[in-house]
Amino acid sequence: MSAITRDEVAHLARLSRLALSDEELDHYATQLDVIIGAVARVAEVAAEDVPPSSHALPLTNVFRQDQARPGLTPEQALSGAPAVEDDRFRVPRILGEEA
Amino acid sequence: MSLIHKTAAELSALMAAGEVSAVEVTQAHLDRIAEVDGKLHAFLHVGDESALEQARAIDARRAAGEELGPLAGVPIAHKDVFTTVDMPTTAGSKILEGWRPPYDATVTGRLREAGLVILGKTNLDEFAMGSSTENSAYGVTRNPWDLGRIPGGSSGGSSAAVAGYTVPLSTGTDTGGSIRQPAAVTGIVGMKPTYGGSSRYGVIAFASSLDTPGPFARNVLDAALLHEAFSGHDPLDSTSIDAPVPGVVEAARHGDVAGLRVGVVKEFAGDGYQPGVLARFRDSVELLESLGAKVVEVSCPSFTTALPAYYLIAPSECSSNLARFDAMRYGLRVGDDGTRSAEEVMALTRAAGFGPEVKRRIMLGTYALSSGYYDAYYGQAQKVRTLIARDFEAAFHQVDVLISPTTPTTAFPIGERADDPMAMYLADLCTIPANLAGNAAISVPCGLADEDGLPVGLQIMAPVLGDDRCYRVGAAVERALENRWGGPLLSKAPAL
Repeated sequence: MSAITRDEVAHLARLSRLALSDEELDHYATQLDVIIGAVARVAEVAAEDVPPSSHALPLTNVFRQDQARPGLTPEQALSGAPAVEDDRFRVPRILGEEA
Repeated sequence: MSLIHKTAAELSALMAAGEVSAVEVTQAHLDRIAEVDGKLHAFLHVGDESALEQARAIDARRAAGEELGPLAGVPIAHKDVFTTVDMPTTAGSKILEGWRPPYDATVTGRLREAGLVILGKTNLDEFAMGSSTENSAYGVTRNPWDLGRIPGGSSGGSSAAVAGYTVPLSTGTDTGGSIRQPAAVTGIVGMKPTYGGSSRYGVIAFASSLDTPGPFARNVLDAALLHEAFSGHDPLDSTSIDAPVPGVVEAARHGDVAGLRVGVVKEFAGDGYQPGVLARFRDSVELLESLGAKVVEVSCPSFTTALPAYYLIAPSECSSNLARFDAMRYGLRVGDDGTRSAEEVMALTRAAGFGPEVKRRIMLGTYALSSGYYDAYYGQAQKVRTLIARDFEAAFHQVDVLISPTTPTTAFPIGERADDPMAMYLADLCTIPANLAGNAAISVPCGLADEDGLPVGLQIMAPVLGDDRCYRVGAAVERALENRWGGPLLSKAPAL
């Protein structure tokens, strides 16, 4: 039985904002099935009473003083932008036609 | 001996004594790059003019009587995942082609403060995802030992640059083995510091709970000098450890294993390990015993599930981190013809800008984090992470350091694993536990495999903030082996 179907991979591609072709979906479905089959082994080992670790080291949140400090200038911040208008990032429309 | 064959420490001493200038040292290495990098393709960008300018500034400061640091004027190559204001930063991806960051990474800034001369940026697997540098959008890097083989990855440009004598030092990042594995397969030294010991600020993120910047060098002392130069607390990285950098240079100068308790990880041997790798590892065990170490076998049963846990945790974090590449604020934008929505442009851009391995990992991470699968995959992987940390803790009650082969095989041929992700992932089998638990770990050369004559690495793992132990053991092994070999392993590499 496969661990993941082609439809599920198409759904993942949509969630991941990746416009994939049909050939790519076929290819990734096969590969992801193999990978997920292999990594599913994690289910066999860790028992109920083992706490999860999200991090290697014990961490506490770090706060800094709420003091103004120099940041990027608008020119610096916009220097890599694909499109700029009036000192702002120019982006494609973000609302649907009906909005 | 020519300047390019000298170590960073030797170059530093020559410059301090006024026997050679930083400009001469820089020019010699730029000439070497011009001569051999066409074969290696270690560099994505070489900044000849800016490097010579930095070198001239160092010479002027020295002439003015200024006290300079131990690496001032020494050339270095910088992995192209660290931001640099004066050079493009691509992370090996088309989505960042030509990008000029508006700020320097903390590590970049510290290289500059130490007076290191940054010659250029090195090739890598796209967003540091891979073990061969074949996943770069800008072409493969070749192993100086055999141009038909991979230089390891993801920091393969940095390992090839050092092993090819184009620089004495380079930087890397290690998320699952991306410094140690390339060091092992090119016959050089590579160190993954304790997680949080070196700053991630300005390192283009792959898996934030694992990413660790570290040094490459041709010997243990040089690696320690570089480690010390760029490590230490950084207020700009919230996971940076606010503690002194372990005494790595002192340890590297006084390699000694007498009375040291060394544990051999029982689980890292057997099927899938190349005989020549295992033979050199056994030699290393005998060597350590002959030097006065007490070697015992240690079992770390959870290490066998480190690989599957890693390939859930790292992709999960990457799927989140790489969401920032949205075609809006920097980098590539595709299909913005005035009719498409932002979301459509985003999906077209990411499909065009990311390579296959990055797409695979983003989708795998999205899957592992999605509702219905989270507990079975990401949740379980996090439990494995706890078990691995417990195995390390138990082991370090018995021994001072753990050792294993760095990687199960020597450098494999370019193309051999390119379309078989699971085969590629096995290259990180022995290196991943130290990432999941945050430990310090180093790879040092320990000989050539009999069957192919290619370098083998010995991995030395130490507890969190025990980085100095890696260097102390590494230096002792290096000294004994170089006495036996009559010089560094790398001197056996064919001329380029």
